[in-house]
Amino acid sequence: MTYTGERIERTLLFGKRKRKNDPYAYHKSAKTPWGNPIVYILSLLLVLICVVPVLYIILGGFRTNSQITRDPAGMPNPWNFGNYATVVSSSTFWVELVNSLIVSVGTMVGVVVLALMVSFVIARYRFRFSRMLYTLFSAGMMFPITVAITPLYLLLRNLHLINSQLGIILPQIAFGLPQAIIILVPFLQSIPMELEEAAQLDGCSRLGFFARMVLPLSGPGVATIAILSFVASWNAYMLPLFLLNDSTKYTLPLGVQMFSSQHSVDTAQVLAFTSLSMIPALICFTIFQKKIVGGLAGAVKG
Amino acid sequence: MSVATSMRAKRAGRSHSDKFRQRFEMGVLSVPALIMFVGFVILPVFMAAYYGFYKWKGFGKPNVNGQFVGLDNYRIILTDPNFQQALGHTLFIAVMSLIIQGPLAILFALLLNQKFKGRGLIRTLIFVPYVVSEVIIGTGWSLMLQPNGAVNAVMKNLGLKGVDWIANPKIAIWTLMFIISWKYIGFAVILMIAGMQAIPEELYEAARVDGAGFWRQQWSITLPLLAPTIRMWAFMSIIGSLQLFDLVYIIWGQYVSSTAGTSTMATYMVREGRLANNYGYGSAVAVVIFIISLVIALLYQRFVLNRDLAGAVEKRERKQLERRMKKREREQMGHDEIENAIAPKNASMEVALS
Repeated sequence: MTYTGERIERTLLFGKRKRKNDPYAYHKSAKTPWGNPIVYILSLLLVLICVVPVLYIILGGFRTNSQITRDPAGMPNPWNFGNYATVVSSSTFWVELVNSLIVSVGTMVGVVVLALMVSFVIARYRFRFSRMLYTLFSAGMMFPITVAITPLYLLLRNLHLINSQLGIILPQIAFGLPQAIIILVPFLQSIPMELEEAAQLDGCSRLGFFARMVLPLSGPGVATIAILSFVASWNAYMLPLFLLNDSTKYTLPLGVQMFSSQHSVDTAQVLAFTSLSMIPALICFTIFQKKIVGGLAGAVKG
Repeated sequence: MSVATSMRAKRAGRSHSDKFRQRFEMGVLSVPALIMFVGFVILPVFMAAYYGFYKWKGFGKPNVNGQFVGLDNYRIILTDPNFQQALGHTLFIAVMSLIIQGPLAILFALLLNQKFKGRGLIRTLIFVPYVVSEVIIGTGWSLMLQPNGAVNAVMKNLGLKGVDWIANPKIAIWTLMFIISWKYIGFAVILMIAGMQAIPEELYEAARVDGAGFWRQQWSITLPLLAPTIRMWAFMSIIGSLQLFDLVYIIWGQYVSSTAGTSTMATYMVREGRLANNYGYGSAVAVVIFIISLVIALLYQRFVLNRDLAGAVEKRERKQLERRMKKREREQMGHDEIENAIAPKNASMEVALS
């Protein structure tokens, strides 16, 4: 059906009056339209509610303590960069940043590799075993880390993994797997069977097919689970709280909490430390935001 | 044997060596994840069940250094008024999260599903609270909500009297509800948007032909077809609420949370188990949390999610839609040029519905 045909049909059916609600009116136009002013006002309000508290933390870091006491809700006047400078020049922040990076990247790589392998089995092998695997892992959504934390702590203590990054990475991978598998399986299932047969005809084994076709084709799903597991690990609080008591091993969330209880009188400094520690997760998310929505959409449909 | 015949043989029935090979591959691919999952997720839950029968300080082995107390730990938990309060708060949070976040998330998703400039940016920005960690959110809000903090300062400027948002037991739980909704609604909105984008555009066209206005379309098309997404979100929200720990622990701390009326099952567990060094008792609390979560999850799956699996709702919805389609078709008989344009659309509609 052609565009003009659609136009004529729509005009006949709806008349000009209905155009406002009609997405087809814009469908093929190159530019996105300016929307209804009410839509803008409401969206702006929504965004303000979501962003202002975060902005308060960031801007608060640019104020002095006396400014904050005098007017808790004011803007920085004058702007003071001392707090951020102090935090950035302290070794505490960088040590914790590196710890967080090690833990998050380790978790992310582990989740992606293991989840891809299992999801491939679940999605591409027709066996009762693969159905069972899927049930087992999706039941894992009901085993959040909170329930297992006490025995997990004891288990890791017996394995001598207390105060070690590996002790945080391994359980985080295990608890990240269910969500990752639920998101990945629909992606892998959508790779057409014909492709696999064609690869087989060309003398490619199943594992070769996995390496050469599945990995490149499941890109968006992999990106989604990579970002979700990175951000989850970056923000994790409970497991590090239980496992780490050596302050040189602290990850940033634990560091933020310690910093804020140690410097409870120095509010501005706490705010600066806090806002610096959220930057990596924010950047990571902003860059890949579209992919995450797409990945979640796939999971919802599946 | 040529490649083609071997392919045919594979399809007809796999040979023994092939089956073995396939099993080997499946093993190689799934065993590492299985070991991790069983070792760090399933095993601890069973360990908790075992430790829960002991009075044990966490040194050595429970059956050597601890004392077997049978179901005593569970009796103490269930009769402890502190736990009952924590359970009450947790259930309150779970229910209120659904009531507050659900309708708001759907409305926000409707808003952000409109086509307008800057939509992508706005979608990213409303996700910010979800991406920022609980620790940061908690630290930030607890500073803002101090009696002499930013929120009360703004209220004073507006001529309102400030309140003690955190310590006042009448207000604290609502403060917590507000922060939870603020933090997690972005996730709900994104899920709803994803669900809405999966609804075929043709349905809205059909409704417009029938003369349905914007709200009528949302009520009769978006809401029923979004139901699977809503049910899935509600499930995740309930499970999340039952495990709530970080925010409460950071803003209220272990002691204030029970006097301010915001303690949850998880903060109770950490306070009585880990911090009091009663690992047997703490494990028993974990088991109770697990059983409560499991029962709620199973009930939910049995009575709510099951409808998705059975497809009962979808079937009914589909029938209604098909009836509407037919009605529309009948009305349009005679309009030759229109019918020609519509016919292919009906075909695609059937594909979308099946």
